[in-house]
Amino acid sequence: MNAVETNGLGKRYGNSWALRECTLAIPAGHVAALVGPNGAGKTTLLNLVVGLAAPSAGIVTVLDGQTAGSAAALDGIAFVAQDAPLYKNLTASEMLHLTRNLNRHFDEGYAKARLRDLGIPLDRKAGRLSGGQQSQLALSLALARRPRLLVLDEPMAMLDPLARHDFMATVMAAIADDGLSVVLSSHVLTELERVADYLVLISHGSVQVAGVVDDLLARHRVLTGPAIEADTYAERLNLVHAQRGEAQAHMLVRIDARTGPVAPGWETHPVSLEELTLAYLREPDAAWLPGPGRAPRLEPTEVAN
Amino acid sequence: MAWVTWRQHRLALAGVVALFGAAAAYLLVTGLPMHDAYAAVAGCRPAGSDLCNRVVNDFLRTYAPGVGVTFGLLQAIPALIGAFAGAPLLAREFETGTFRYAWTQGFGRARWTVAKLTPLAVGVTIASAAFSLLVSWYVQPIIDAGDNNGPLYPTLFDLSGVALAAWTLAAFAIGVFAGILVRRVVPAMFATIASWAALAFVTGAFLRAHYLAPVVTSNPNIPTGAWIINQGWFKGGNPAGLDTINQTLAPVDVRAITPNLFQPGPATPANVGDPVQYLIQHGLTQLTTYQPASRFWTFQWIEGGWLLALSLILIAATVWLVRRRAA
Repeated sequence: MNAVETNGLGKRYGNSWALRECTLAIPAGHVAALVGPNGAGKTTLLNLVVGLAAPSAGIVTVLDGQTAGSAAALDGIAFVAQDAPLYKNLTASEMLHLTRNLNRHFDEGYAKARLRDLGIPLDRKAGRLSGGQQSQLALSLALARRPRLLVLDEPMAMLDPLARHDFMATVMAAIADDGLSVVLSSHVLTELERVADYLVLISHGSVQVAGVVDDLLARHRVLTGPAIEADTYAERLNLVHAQRGEAQAHMLVRIDARTGPVAPGWETHPVSLEELTLAYLREPDAAWLPGPGRAPRLEPTEVAN
Repeated sequence: MAWVTWRQHRLALAGVVALFGAAAAYLLVTGLPMHDAYAAVAGCRPAGSDLCNRVVNDFLRTYAPGVGVTFGLLQAIPALIGAFAGAPLLAREFETGTFRYAWTQGFGRARWTVAKLTPLAVGVTIASAAFSLLVSWYVQPIIDAGDNNGPLYPTLFDLSGVALAAWTLAAFAIGVFAGILVRRVVPAMFATIASWAALAFVTGAFLRAHYLAPVVTSNPNIPTGAWIINQGWFKGGNPAGLDTINQTLAPVDVRAITPNLFQPGPATPANVGDPVQYLIQHGLTQLTTYQPASRFWTFQWIEGGWLLALSLILIAATVWLVRRRAA
């Protein structure tokens, strides 16, 4: 079951393509992190997934084949845009009332309990809450809809580190309890590393990396060794990015059939998600995309009778 | 969803009520004395005598200008309602980004738009319909006294009958449509006022005169309360200018300042009578194009009808654009 599937998805604004040739299959029941520099196309992709934008090319389906933006998709997807939009002159409890009126399923008790735990007063106008509180309110409204897919655009931008931790804990609990799928975009890689199990790296409107995080981390390594040997050694390897100092070089490589044992004088380290992301971002032509033999075996999508 | 519309737009609704309320209060405060004064005028006996005619004319001279100014000011009401209640409806959602919340809820964006528009559209229509009843009451003495500006007179016509409700609904529809096109509140408000004003001007100045073919007559006695669209002098089938008129009037030393305004001179005979009749007797024809007052309701339904159609088209177009609009 795929939470999000795209095929050749593209979006053009005027003459420029904000997103091009995006082909993804994000499995359900996981946290998919959408990572990339500003202006890369993350928000565009999320807008396409939730139906706020229509594709200029290709297709996007959600929740096992529903058209993005259809009634079934809207029912099952909760979205929090960047800056957590709320009606500033409505109080928190009125926002609850509003969200309840606009959706089939809404767990008001859960929302109220969560807001109480977070210390957000129900009778204060949303515009008078702090930035972090507004984020939390928007997130609470989304979670209380008990969606099958939660889509978040930079949800943690306004949250302090403790709040970020708590938020991710809440999301993880919802995934475990309700089988929630999450797609979120973020700059905060260190936080995501602990929770994200699927990574999508977008740069300049194209998907550069898409894959299961465990798989990615297992198939990449950092080799550290003398800088003079770096170039010759790199020819034998599937190099992603090399960082050369005066004496030492760090090379991020992909492990494949060609990779032999580590050369003498060189050390190998596992790679962190952040290092991996930064390396790919520095090499715009490098890519790691699902393909035959490299993609995780996804369960076949069920065909409705 | 009704609660949603109420809670989000209660300021707009309150503004509409306040606007009509203030205008209604003004009409009552100035209208009651006018009605009392007319009661005295209408009771003048013997009716039709010189004395009573002068009483009627005094009444008109006292009250008609004020009524005219009032109606001029009241013209602004539909435009204000369109701008303040209609334009922000959708424009503010774009300006603040809240459409990213509203359009991703399970309710769906098209239903949400219709559910927001409908109560407000109905509300402003009803409020303006009620107000136009008050306008008709207010202006009745002036009409009954036989003012030259009858019920079809532009600034009165679009405040009475069904026209005010139709113009207000149209302004609201223009506002909502401007909101989805422009997507910023203040520019949408300006666009609404400008387009509504242009439409109202074109209708009053050109369109309305031709809903039915106007009556053209050479009889200088025009029925009371008719709306005169055109009046001119002709000689032998060709338009006669001031020069021709003055030439014809030269023998009795009457000067025409305008084709309707005549000034006797020192050598004018005492029994010259009406200069208009004199001109007619001496080969000129006065052709008047007018719409009779009896066509008031026909015109009201025509104007109300096409304005309603326009409003529905604009609202449908708005919903269609909502469906199509990308982030």
